[in-house]
Amino acid sequence: MTRLDALRAVYDQLDECAVVTIMGAVAAELQSIGHRPNFFYLQHAMGLASSLGLGIALSKPAVPVVVFDGDGSVLMNLGGLSTLARYRPKNLVHVVFDNESLLSVGGFPTVTGTCTRLAEVAAAAGVPRTACVSTVDDFTREFAAARKAAELTTLVAKVEAVGPAAFVTDLGLLENRFQFQRYLQTR
Amino acid sequence: MPVSAANSQIVFDALKSCGVRLMSALPETWLVHLVRLADADPDVTLVRLAKEEEGVGISMGAHLAGVKSAMLMQNHGFLAAINGVVSGAQLYRIPLLMLISDRGSFGERDPWQTEGGAVSEAVLNALRIPTMRLDDPAKVAHRIRQAQTLALSSNKPVALLLTRDLMWEEAT
Repeated sequence: MTRLDALRAVYDQLDECAVVTIMGAVAAELQSIGHRPNFFYLQHAMGLASSLGLGIALSKPAVPVVVFDGDGSVLMNLGGLSTLARYRPKNLVHVVFDNESLLSVGGFPTVTGTCTRLAEVAAAAGVPRTACVSTVDDFTREFAAARKAAELTTLVAKVEAVGPAAFVTDLGLLENRFQFQRYLQTR
Repeated sequence: MPVSAANSQIVFDALKSCGVRLMSALPETWLVHLVRLADADPDVTLVRLAKEEEGVGISMGAHLAGVKSAMLMQNHGFLAAINGVVSGAQLYRIPLLMLISDRGSFGERDPWQTEGGAVSEAVLNALRIPTMRLDDPAKVAHRIRQAQTLALSSNKPVALLLTRDLMWEEAT
């Protein structure tokens, strides 16, 4: 499964969600499918997308929040998984695209390709629902189930280490930030 | 424990009167009363962290979602949170109200706190983060309100240093 195919498969399920992505390929690929005002791309502060999603989820319990995270980013903030689990917001779906590499900076392997299994790490941290999938069909089904479950979910999607040719898009960081804030004011 | 319960209460009340509804914290000695007050208050969401940098992300999310927040941490926790402050809050122009216990300054008896005390203000200055010290309980509420006002108008982080004079009551 490619990350782009996975994103395309669930794109129509993101209508009512506050969506937070990490930097690099995830942000560029979601924008290539189509930017929306309810999408926020954290283009740096690696590791903090899940924490930012937690801040939104706790502040707006009625708004479903989706975080598109990555293996390299999760590994930078493993303690954040335990904080997510501690507060276990029912309105947060935490997707981890695991391509077993730091793709955006040259494809160097992360430890998830050899010995660390992130869905099990999340489960051991106390995240109540976890799954690890490797096909688009399974991802689509598990994502929909997580959206319906009303229970904090970490869904690890094993994806190929391929991405877009470029990561910079024509959406300004601050334009995105203020548009997203105004979107949340309507929710 | 000679951490000032009375002055911790003053700090907490000041944050609440500024509309702060979410506080993130990683406990340290000087913050114990503040953390307990936040935990006991039904109007405040306390988020206990594994590492202070998480608090930057949580406050960013809270701000975007319209909730006023504050971060409670030791100066060594601030040092651990710097990348998030720079490449999160500063890059995206998000206000942060950081209350930082200023360990390692004059009067510090714990050898392990002393290096952080020597660099905290210099690092805050290097990051161009407006900083003020909280040392006089009579001025705490006013300074916290002014710090929050500047954070919100500038969309940038600000720091208040919780000093030994405010937080610690020496045995006589």
